[in-house]
Amino acid sequence: MAKVKVPRKSTSVDMTAMTDVAFLLLTFFMLATQFKPDEPVQVVTPSSISQIPLPDVDIMNITIAQDGRVFFDMEGKQYKEKLIQKMGEKYTITFTPQQIETFSRLSSFGMPFKELQGFLSLKPDERTQIKQAGIPSDSLNNELADWVWQARLTNNNVRVAIKGDGNSTYPTVAQVIKTLQDKKVNRFNFITSAESAPPMQ
Amino acid sequence: MAEMETGGGGHKKGGKKRGKKMSTRVDFTPMVDLGFLLITFFMLTTSMNKPKTMEINMPVKEPNEIDQTKVKASQAVTLLLTGNNKIVYYFVNAVTGDPETPLITDYDNTNGVRPMLLQENRKRNPVGVDSIPIYKDMFQKNKIKEDEMKQHIAAIKAYKDGLIVVIKADKNATYKNLVDILDEMLICNIGRYAIVDITDKENELITMANATKPASK
Repeated sequence: MAKVKVPRKSTSVDMTAMTDVAFLLLTFFMLATQFKPDEPVQVVTPSSISQIPLPDVDIMNITIAQDGRVFFDMEGKQYKEKLIQKMGEKYTITFTPQQIETFSRLSSFGMPFKELQGFLSLKPDERTQIKQAGIPSDSLNNELADWVWQARLTNNNVRVAIKGDGNSTYPTVAQVIKTLQDKKVNRFNFITSAESAPPMQ
Repeated sequence: MAEMETGGGGHKKGGKKRGKKMSTRVDFTPMVDLGFLLITFFMLTTSMNKPKTMEINMPVKEPNEIDQTKVKASQAVTLLLTGNNKIVYYFVNAVTGDPETPLITDYDNTNGVRPMLLQENRKRNPVGVDSIPIYKDMFQKNKIKEDEMKQHIAAIKAYKDGLIVVIKADKNATYKNLVDILDEMLICNIGRYAIVDITDKENELITMANATKPASK
């Protein structure tokens, strides 16, 4: 009996198409990714049906932690450099160029101003370990008001976004809002996570 | 791995001396591996949903009381946010100007504060409030433009005899309560509301409402 010979076929598969798709996806994700800056405190924002997206530029961010500590951040490296110099002039503290550079790269921070210089001199990993006390925002010593005011002088178009933890108490939030109102900021945004709207009312 | 050499390479037949024919194929496998590794990395690190925001407009602080806008008693409802996710609300008697009996409710969608707000809002401006869904529907069917829809809705929300909600929170309320109630304003199409500081008298009302709380809730 004659053996049936199966013709030998090449086992190679053309991978070009797959590679093309893979790299297309890779390019997409690389361009779409924005790395989250490491935040000093974890905040769980409440949800709302509001659909207004948060702008990327011209924004200052006030974070309210669950335990009532207040953190401040401002978008834009060039503005932050100017901001810390202006704040330094106000409190008569001079920062070294090194410290200004560190500050401009920092994300949210919550240190009283007189401790800020020491904080900026620390090494990056030491800085993450320190428990930041929060920016004083009570009526006796309201540094937050100065930060907000100076930030507005640095960038005229800046808007205020408040990112509060859902479980932070109302008086803390009210104090921040009062501070903003004292500095004539009457329009601001609450950062919330998205939630689907209920059926039309 | 992906390429199995079948044929190709050098044949040692024939007497003529030729340059050895080299395969032009390059093994892509490591590159593809790296590509997929990077895709996985970026896919896992990317957060696609950007945070949303809620816009708040606070009234400009008037230093002298004469310039402050007074809320007409008959069209206002005051919501007092308190601890344990409860809301105490009261109306003001139009004749005597005294607060009526405070009632207690919560953030429940079906029998909490929402039906009350919807009903009160509709009572004061039935034609306007009922036409909001119609405008939204017309926009979805491309009969009107988005700007047009927003303009109509804004006009309805600004109706001068419509419901005004005064929001006050006591020290037991959380930030989530505040955001939730502002969300209700959006859902119930209430355009006129204000966040105001709580007074001592209203703190008493909260205590009073909590004391006479009905057993069912």
